[in-house]
Amino acid sequence: MKIHIKNGRLVDPAHGIDQPADVYVAAGKIVAIGAAPDGFHANKTVDATNCVVCPGLVDLAVRLREPGLEYKATLESEMLAAAAGGVTSLAIPPDTDPPLDEPGLVEMLKFRAKNLPGPRVYPVGALTQKLKGDTLTEMAELTEAGCIAFSHADAPFADTQVLMRALDYAATFDYPVWLRPQDAWLGRGGVAHDGPVASRLGLPGIPAIAETIAIATILTLARETGVRLHLARLSTREGVAMVRQAKAQGLKVSCDVSVNHLHLSEMDLTRFDSNLHFLPPVRSQRDRDALIAGLKDGTIDAICSDHAPVDDNEKQLPFGEASPGASGVELLLPLTLKWAAENDVPLAQALDCLTRKPAHILGVPNGQLAIGGNADLCVFDPAAAFTVTAKALKSQGNNTPFLGYELPGVVKATIIDGHLDYERQ
Amino acid sequence: MADGLQLSPDGQLKHLLTLDGLPSRILTQILDTAETFMDVGERDVKKVPLLRGKAIFNLFFEPSTRTRTTFDIAAKRLSADVVTLNIAASSQSKGETVLDTVANLTAMHADMFIVRHSQSGAAHFIARHVAPHIAVVNAGDGRHAHPTQGLLDAFTIRRYKGAFHNLRVAIVGDILHSRVARSQIHALTTLGVPEVRVIAPRTLLPAGVEQMGVHVYHDMQAGLKDVDVVIMLRLQNERMKGALLPSAQEYFKQFGLTPEKLARARPDAIVMHPGPMNRGVEIDSEVADGPQSVILPQVTYGIAVRMAVMSMLMGPAQ
Repeated sequence: MKIHIKNGRLVDPAHGIDQPADVYVAAGKIVAIGAAPDGFHANKTVDATNCVVCPGLVDLAVRLREPGLEYKATLESEMLAAAAGGVTSLAIPPDTDPPLDEPGLVEMLKFRAKNLPGPRVYPVGALTQKLKGDTLTEMAELTEAGCIAFSHADAPFADTQVLMRALDYAATFDYPVWLRPQDAWLGRGGVAHDGPVASRLGLPGIPAIAETIAIATILTLARETGVRLHLARLSTREGVAMVRQAKAQGLKVSCDVSVNHLHLSEMDLTRFDSNLHFLPPVRSQRDRDALIAGLKDGTIDAICSDHAPVDDNEKQLPFGEASPGASGVELLLPLTLKWAAENDVPLAQALDCLTRKPAHILGVPNGQLAIGGNADLCVFDPAAAFTVTAKALKSQGNNTPFLGYELPGVVKATIIDGHLDYERQ
Repeated sequence: MADGLQLSPDGQLKHLLTLDGLPSRILTQILDTAETFMDVGERDVKKVPLLRGKAIFNLFFEPSTRTRTTFDIAAKRLSADVVTLNIAASSQSKGETVLDTVANLTAMHADMFIVRHSQSGAAHFIARHVAPHIAVVNAGDGRHAHPTQGLLDAFTIRRYKGAFHNLRVAIVGDILHSRVARSQIHALTTLGVPEVRVIAPRTLLPAGVEQMGVHVYHDMQAGLKDVDVVIMLRLQNERMKGALLPSAQEYFKQFGLTPEKLARARPDAIVMHPGPMNRGVEIDSEVADGPQSVILPQVTYGIAVRMAVMSMLMGPAQ
């Protein structure tokens, strides 16, 4: 298929481009930017008037809920939702049922995804079998099957000796390890940020130090083992400071934040809305301000959706009993644009956190526009606003605390591997 | 916290979920209404016809004896039809969700749900999902709130002390896990008690408890000095030994209320306890049964306060 994207504003943070330019796509590649190549006849033209044309978004945490959790969501529903959100590459955490701890599961997932329209999927393998924190997985086999990194999802990792060995083993083969830092014991039983609001509401707390103690341990082990480390979903002010310091000392570590945590804080919990039950919990306003500052100064590399579709039976429950997480892959771009507008962040810098930087963490050449490169593109109207409704969400999960919000940024078209996988009607 | 769920647009009580954020006007109205019900229990015919024809369901997702019984009596004295469901033992074990239970009982034309649940926020959750004509009363949700207990404690204090504005009140024990303590704190600070103290080891205090408007003490000698009211909290069996406290004996020695410790309070101080008591753990029998104890009157007042809440929820103020 040959696609001509015309009259758009091309923004490519990876190459410092922000200018009006047409883009020409053929055979899955970008064949020209600016003027049409000789003899180019498009079979499809996308009118990008008033729109931004940027590299397709790269989301570091999207749960597709397969295998095993299809009652919450399916590959079809969530890959369509991702495409509708402008996402063209996504990493899948291993917290499926069973977890992604065997090559066969990963191969099946890749195979199923490949035959569906939608983003490129990059499974993150389980670091230990069944995510139990005691036995290593066959990381080489899993890598061969398609895993691009290893993580422990949100499962607690209690045994530091096993963790050290896991990092040592991964470092042997230079496999990246992504960890969400939370001490296995201090977070036990908690459902909300341990602070004055949770105390008032009587919600069992997860203290900020559950994150910082884990970060201290993980950073120490990373220095010791030399593992390629990525810290997922930072949530605390102290945690951001620790990563900033580690980076200043030359440690190779990257990190991300969920877009939810750029907007929400413990103050939003007062209605006991179970859509605000997150892991890690939304924390104090000071913590949120520190995440925003960390993202602005580059301490935090990427913004992810931490997409977690949950069905009503597991979400329509009292706060502490409800499954954590929000369906968010379709809101990643709008919520990022809202964050950028509210914090005077230039568009290109905000998009950098959704494109080039997360692609670099994934270790893939996506998230940028280059002639001859993969044609993964997102076309969106940055000025158009929409109201978030359950009906309009393509994800099977309607669980989001942003229902009723008016957000900027409407995706008009998503091109993945040269195919127009989503076009807004 | 105040979130518009509890009050109707014209300022009337619609649900009673928490005392946090309720205006003192409402709390005072409940206490005043309770006063009017005080004599009902002493009559030969212990009934008034205010809620005749109303169907009240006690939904106890967590076991309770005392609270359930007093709600039951209160509803019957108001002439309501009362059905008590111990859901912990029935539909939940069959996999029915809270919302399904609520929908089924709504179909039976319920007018009010009295809810107890182990999860903080469960009463809010149910209140947000019931039909608009149904009132929800929180009879205890997790660690969050037990508003009728907070109200009956305020009622007891007003009966014995006359007013709130000149009092020092100490709440002693497991504040961390206590919905009773939270509701007491909101009731007393809203009604104008200038000094509410909490006395507990640091392991039994929630993070940032000072932000609820209380003074924190870790020592009974200092904390009880010159107080007018001492409220002892129940220590749950499972907290008595482990990582929160080493033993019931050590707890009693440090924080149990004995005549010697009570002597630090004002001579006319009253001693309260929401029950059921652990004698010899948080309170010495000599104090529990002594002249300063008002623990049994609390139970009697609880019925009048619950009658007041139910009657206000079902109609215009008395």
